[in-house]
Order: sequence, then C-alpha cells, then structure tokens
Amino acid sequence: MYLKKMALTSAVAIMASTAAHACNISARVSVVGNEFPAIQTVGKGAQACSGADVSTNLTADHQKINVAGMSGNPAEYTSAIIANSSIVALMNNDVIRPLDDLVAKHGGDLKKNQLITIDGKVMAVAFMANAQHLVYREDVLKKIGMEPPKTYEEMLAAADKIRKAGIMENPVGGAYKAGWNLAQEFNNMFLGYGGSHFKDGSAQPNVNSAAGVNALNMMKSLSAYMNPDFLTHDSNATNAEFRAGNVAIMNMWGSRAATLVDVDGVSDEVKDGMNIAGPMTVGGGNVPASTLWWDGWTVAKNVSNAEAEATFIAMMNGIDPSILKDEDIRKQAVWLIDGYAPTDAARGVFAAAQANTIPYPMLPYMGLLHTALGAELSDFMQGKESAEQALADVEAAYIAAAKEKGFL
Amino acid sequence: MKHSTFFWFFLPTGLAMLLFIALPLVSVVLQSVHTPHEAVLVTVENCGPFGCKKETTIDQDATSTLRTAEPLGRFVGLDIYFDRGHLAINEVRDAWATSESWGGFFSKLGNLPFYRAMAFTLTFTFTVTPLLIAFGLMIALGVNALSERVKGLVIFVSLLPMIVTPLIGSLILFWMIDSRGILGNAIQWLAADPDLSLKASTGLTWVMLIVYGVWHSAPFAFVVFYAGLQTLPMDQIESARIDGANRWEQVRYVIIPHLMPLITFVALIQLMDNFRVFEPIVGFNAEAHATSLSWIIFNDLGGETRQLSAAATTSMLTIFGVAILLTPVLWRTWQDFKGKS
Repeated sequence: MYLKKMALTSAVAIMASTAAHACNISARVSVVGNEFPAIQTVGKGAQACSGADVSTNLTADHQKINVAGMSGNPAEYTSAIIANSSIVALMNNDVIRPLDDLVAKHGGDLKKNQLITIDGKVMAVAFMANAQHLVYREDVLKKIGMEPPKTYEEMLAAADKIRKAGIMENPVGGAYKAGWNLAQEFNNMFLGYGGSHFKDGSAQPNVNSAAGVNALNMMKSLSAYMNPDFLTHDSNATNAEFRAGNVAIMNMWGSRAATLVDVDGVSDEVKDGMNIAGPMTVGGGNVPASTLWWDGWTVAKNVSNAEAEATFIAMMNGIDPSILKDEDIRKQAVWLIDGYAPTDAARGVFAAAQANTIPYPMLPYMGLLHTALGAELSDFMQGKESAEQALADVEAAYIAAAKEKGFL
Repeated sequence: MKHSTFFWFFLPTGLAMLLFIALPLVSVVLQSVHTPHEAVLVTVENCGPFGCKKETTIDQDATSTLRTAEPLGRFVGLDIYFDRGHLAINEVRDAWATSESWGGFFSKLGNLPFYRAMAFTLTFTFTVTPLLIAFGLMIALGVNALSERVKGLVIFVSLLPMIVTPLIGSLILFWMIDSRGILGNAIQWLAADPDLSLKASTGLTWVMLIVYGVWHSAPFAFVVFYAGLQTLPMDQIESARIDGANRWEQVRYVIIPHLMPLITFVALIQLMDNFRVFEPIVGFNAEAHATSLSWIIFNDLGGETRQLSAAATTSMLTIFGVAILLTPVLWRTWQDFKGKS
C-alpha cells in the first residue's frame, strides 16, 4: 500500500512537472465544479499551469454558486465544470461564452464528440461520460445462485432471496435522499417505463401518467429492501453502506463506482466481491432505467478575452491526453479524451451508452421539474399519500414555478 | 437633548440602518412583486457525445432585448404571494370546499408547501421557546447555588452547546442517531424494536429537532438568567425565608418576578430565532419530514434554476410571521412601559 502511494505521488509529481512545461498562461483562472475524483484530476491539471494564478473551488454545492459567481462583471469564476443538466442554468442566465475561436486556436487534441454545440456554437468541452448502472456483490449473488439482475424485477427477486437467506437485512442500496437524488431516481425509472417529462415540444409537465405511477410503485417496492433511513441517503451515504458490507445490489454513478472500494477500511470480502454491470431495464421496456450524462467545462462570458484564453489553455491542460498514462486516473471515469481505452471500471457506462440510454434532458425548464419532484415525492415514499396525489402535487408545484420563471 | 445634537449623534447609526436594513428590504419587496420575463424559446440542434438532438433553448438575444426594456422583469403584483408555493389561495379555497371534516381540510392544507412548513415551524417555536426558558432557569439556579471553586468550569461546560456551530452540532447528532449510531442503536434496544429508525419517522424527527433546538439554545437563556441572578435582592430573599417560604416559593414569588424582564427578553429573541429554524433541518437531512420558511428559501435558491421571486416572497412572509408572533409580547411591554411612566 505504502509503495503504491509512493509510486502514485511520484507519478503525479512527474506529470505535474511535465505539464507545467507545456502550459503557460498569462491571466487569472478560477474554476468552480463538482468534487468527484475525475473532476479533482482535471482541476489539478489546470493548476499545473504556470505564469498566473489558477484557483479551484470544487464542491458538491457547485450549482448553488456557479451562476451567482459568473453573473458579475468581471465574473469571479472564469470557468465552471458542469454536466448536461447544469449547463442549462448557465445558458438560461447567459453567463458562458461560445468557444469556437478558442477551439480553433488552442483546441488541437479535441475530438468532435467532445464539443457540445448548441445552435451551432460550441458552448462547452466535454471530457467524460457518466451514467448510473448496476453495482453488485458477486460473492453474495453466487451464494443465492443468481446472475446479476438485468431488470429491476430481477433485482427485487434477488433482494428477497438475500434477505430470506439471512445474508443481509437491507440488501438494496439507492441514493434516495429527498431532493435532487430522489428526483433523479424517479427520472431513471420514469424513462425506463417509457415516460417523457413534458408534453411534446412544450413546457407542460407530463409526469402524472401511467409511467409515473409505475415508476413510483417500483421505487416503493425497492425501498422496502433498503436501510429505513433511505430518504436521508445521498450517493456518498449509499456508497458507505456498500463499503460496510450492508448492501449487495445498487444503482450507482459510474463516476463513483470505479473508485468505490479504493479507500481504507473496506474489507477484502467487499473489495473482491464488488463488480459492475450495465443499467437495468424495468417493466419489460428495452430502454434502460437510467440517464446518460457528460461532464465538461465552460468559459465565462463576463471575463476579459485574455482571461478566457488563459482559462481555455489551463482547462485543456487539465484534460491533456497525457493524464491517461496514469492507471489510477484512467479508471476514474469514462474519459472522452483522445487515446482513452476503456478500463474494466468503464463497462457499466459503456453498456449504458450501447443500450441507447436516454441522455438527461437539456431543457431550460427541466431544473424546475427536477426540484418539484425532489420536494413532493417524499410523502409518497413514506406512505403518506398515493402515487397519483404525489404526481399531481409535483405538476402543481412545477406549474407554479414555471409560471414565475416565464416558461408557461 | 438638542435636535441638532441628536441628529449628529444618530446619523452614523441611521445611515447604517438605511444601508443594511432598509435598502435590502426595499429590494426584497421589489423582487417579490416582479418575475422574470416570459422566456422566448427557440428550438435548436444541440450536439454532444451522444449525438445530435433538436431541443428547446432560450433565445438569448430576444430575452436580452426584453430585459433591457424592463430590467426589473414583469410586474405581477401579489400573484406570487397567492400562488401554490406560498399562500395558495385557490388551493386552500378548493380544500375548504371539498373537505367534509376539519381533519380532511388540514391534511389537504399539509400538502401545500407553505402550510406544511408553518405547521412544523409553529410547533417547533412554541415547544422549544418555553422549554428552553425553563431549562435555562433551572441551570442558572443550579449553577448559582454551586461553590465558587467549580462555578467557572460548570459555566464553561454549560455554554458548550451554544458555542458549537449549529450545522456541526446537528451533523454530529445526526450521525449519533443513525440506526447504526450509538444513540439510534440504544433507542432500538430500549424500545426492543430492531427496525426502529428515528430518521424514517416524521414524529420522531420532529421530537429530535425539538430536543436539538432546546439543547442548542438553553445555554443562551442560562447566561442571561445567571447574570440576572447576580442582582438578586438578598434582603427580599431573606425576609421571604423568615416568613417561612420554602425554596420553591422563593423561586416562584421572588426570583421569577425579579427576572421577568429578562424572561421577556429571552422569549422575544428566541421566538424570532426559532421561527427562522433552518440549520437543524439541513444538518439532520430532515426535509422529507420537516420544513420551515427559511428552508423553502434555501431550496428555491439552491435548485438548478434559481427562483428569486419565490424566495423573496417567502422572505416577506417570514417577516410578516415574525411581526405577528412578536405583537403580543411587544404589546405587553408597551403596556408595562405606559403603566410605569
């Protein structure tokens, strides 16, 4: 372990020094973004640039501060690392700039599918893909004589067997924390049942439907096999349950699954038993109950051209193909960077992409619906109201918010 | 005092109040009666790692023209105050018209975010405030009776809950009451129910938040009352003793009347504080069971799409709420003041 750490630190040190050679900037760079391992790597790569100050603020609360931090003139943050959901808020508020000229000048290594174009203009550079997919304990499933579940119905059957065999009391894990996480799990299940969030081409909500009710009922059935505190468990808490050996099957983010058991204190049983597979389908549907995501970076609109250029160069350094030489970095994510060969840890996300999983909707009003789902579904999950009532509440809450924001 | 002296004396304070109290208030009021412009939506082709797709987006040029013309947004009057996220006038009317019983009406009311938040906030405020005053008084009387040697140490220890940052304090307790934590496990053992979970039950979550609220604020009441006890008129206590008053009667008829102005003060401050209960809800991840007006503001501003007008309106409703809550206490103080002069 110690030797491995030594090797890693020296590898990072060598990498940083070689990167510093290549990257020279002449203006301030300030990055805000989420905090999972792959983004930490990109942030470190940007900070390896010399010539001017590069600061990063990587936090799970990034989307609470990025719009505010980029609205001023000059903006506090010259770059925000975002995903296909959170770019919408930056677009809605018009705080990021088109990158076409910078891509032409400094974007040598970028592949076409890394460029996020909106109405023909490059607005972000994607560096990784992400999806939620199955993470399971192979040893536990062997004990009950089952294959890894391909559908949520099989997952329920497996959970029941594990509980009855007395192996685990609450074998299913899920990030069902009231708020963003719970809403996201609903989105997965809803799309898996063939639902679509809005009536065609409009901002009118469409979740109070058969697909919505089915999705909620499936979530309720799953929650019976979860830790009773599930409404307070986000993905970190769910992972902690898995690491502690309390959970055998869960739907987890690819970006977190790869490094799930690489922390101190995880028993060998969990380490050796952990395995990953593609996302599950539900209700006989053929579209996985999951969503596809990309993570990428943007450049602020309200900064000087010099700062924008410096930011672009620094962020390009953060996603330089040379970072993939490091084995540990390679398995942190499904990189979209040139020269990436998928590792074992990537097959969950790859399977999601191959199974035609639907990308998370990039619509100006999706954030409002997501918030409404997060606030209104917990009553149903606690058994306080019917699925129809919960979904009617979601639509009513969304309509009030969408009217306020001028979408309806 | 001469008017000009008063003017120059008050000017710095007045300016600061204007800058830090009046102007923000005006801005919140303005925000709460305006909403963003109607979004001009266009369908464009978006491309990314997963291919190209026709999607709706906001037409920035058209929207910015609208914004320059009317930078404040659309004037909507009290629309936001009355929408479902706030006072929900129409929904309440419907609930009234369609429910047979009071129970049915209240359960429909509890489904609306504002009334749900008020139910918890008021329960919290009106249980925590009297309890913390009672506990604060008990601790103050206890500490006051201790010998000088240990007093300093005991005072320091009793103040600790107030010194701990609310968010940190509630997080620590949150872990302890987890079904795998030390307190959560102890409660399961005591109740002989291995499935019992504090975090999964609305009633127990409320109890936990209330216990936390008392734990956190009792030291404040204690410090104030302890200071008050140092000015206790010893001759009155002595004469009460000679008249044969026992310890309880001394507290009831001498000490409490003496501390009454301080009790009013603590009640005022704590009513205001508890009405704005926020940190424990976040710290305990309790939003599935308990919300408050402050939490609604936080949630409106924290989503991927920020709802500034909704947040401003809830802020205004909070101010009205505090004002209504404080009226009886302030009225009494005013009456006392008039009686004295």
